[in-house]
Amino acid sequence: MTVVIETRGLGKTYRETVALADVTLSLEKDTIYGLLGRNGAGKSTLMSIITAQNFASTGDVRVFGENPYENAAVLGRMCFVRESQKYPDDFKPSQAFAAARMFFPNWDQGLADDLVKAFLLPMNRRIKKLSRGQLSAVGVIIGLAARAEITFFDEPYLGLDAVARQIFYDRLLEDYAEHPRTIVLSSHLIDEVANLLEHVIVLDQGRVLIDASADDLRGRAVTVVGDASAVSGFTSGREVLHTESLGRVTSATVLGTIDAAERDRLTAAGLDIAPVSLQQLVVRLTQKEEVR
Amino acid sequence: MIDDGKPIFVQIAEMVEDSIVDGSLPEGSQAPSTNELAAFHRINPATAAKGVNMLVDKGVLLKRRGVGMFVAEGARDVLLTERRTAFADRFIGPLLAEADKLGLTAADVAALIRSRAGEDISGTDERTAR
Repeated sequence: MTVVIETRGLGKTYRETVALADVTLSLEKDTIYGLLGRNGAGKSTLMSIITAQNFASTGDVRVFGENPYENAAVLGRMCFVRESQKYPDDFKPSQAFAAARMFFPNWDQGLADDLVKAFLLPMNRRIKKLSRGQLSAVGVIIGLAARAEITFFDEPYLGLDAVARQIFYDRLLEDYAEHPRTIVLSSHLIDEVANLLEHVIVLDQGRVLIDASADDLRGRAVTVVGDASAVSGFTSGREVLHTESLGRVTSATVLGTIDAAERDRLTAAGLDIAPVSLQQLVVRLTQKEEVR
Repeated sequence: MIDDGKPIFVQIAEMVEDSIVDGSLPEGSQAPSTNELAAFHRINPATAAKGVNMLVDKGVLLKRRGVGMFVAEGARDVLLTERRTAFADRFIGPLLAEADKLGLTAADVAALIRSRAGEDISGTDERTAR
């Protein structure tokens, strides 16, 4: 695989606040990444440094093997859709799309027109008069129609209703299948996007907590439910992420996989085994870090 | 449809296999493409491709360059044999474990199965008789 983005020991400090610390990642071509983590974990900072909209305090970024700063050749191949994207005050969506069309060499006007219809976006209303959802739709349309080789979506769904979000996910998959590219999707709605992701990066307090394929993460943890003493017998010697009790019943989420023999043994002991979704895993792991 | 217990590509492969076993995807017919599977199940195309490749490696699907994926001749028999072997592990094991919890012996379970199968048959007979 070809690496398109590489960061080495990336750090960002705002006065006393550490926004990013020692972030070393490589992102491959034509892959959909999930960039997950709590608010303030450093997701937006990382994306803005990679797209040269912010400076790193330490470390190094390479995009297509080059330094992205003031590097028009590299920047024209990337699109960053911010959660709070600003547009010139008097702009209408049609003007924002016209500007994007000039900037992005792979811009597909047909796709943009299609998406405007799908999102029911009023083209001749000023952007500052649009609803929060319509504003998000403008960003989503630019991000998809730009067909940039690397596209960042930073919580692109704010204000979008469930129907519009599904349109976004479906169009993203459909267009990605036809025109593979690198997509980095930052989202708090992990359950909604989990199946779209091929690789998952979780940031926690500015550091990389998880950098793994989505397949590897499924099955990285398991929840066992049943009689308290049987559950504690199982959890001893394992890394427990979370426990809850209701009367005699305990539910424990532990790291690690369970093989078939152990599964049989647990079932025979009357314990229920439940898978842990990506969202639950991220919640448990980022909560755990906080407690430490 | 997609659950969290198994890797998604394994589930995709199993769903395609199900269609072959139940005959809705006959041998020699064209199988859904990676992109069709991805769009239908709303999953990453690379994941769908992994599931499809698993079936190609197994000889269940054949890749015809430029045309698409096809169900191999003899695929259904291969899958049936595999499923029948796994049947005891998947269904009889848990059945006996639950029966044991309830104080039912293997003989009780066998009698239950026989009577249930018999009931169903007689039930159908009555309906056809009317």
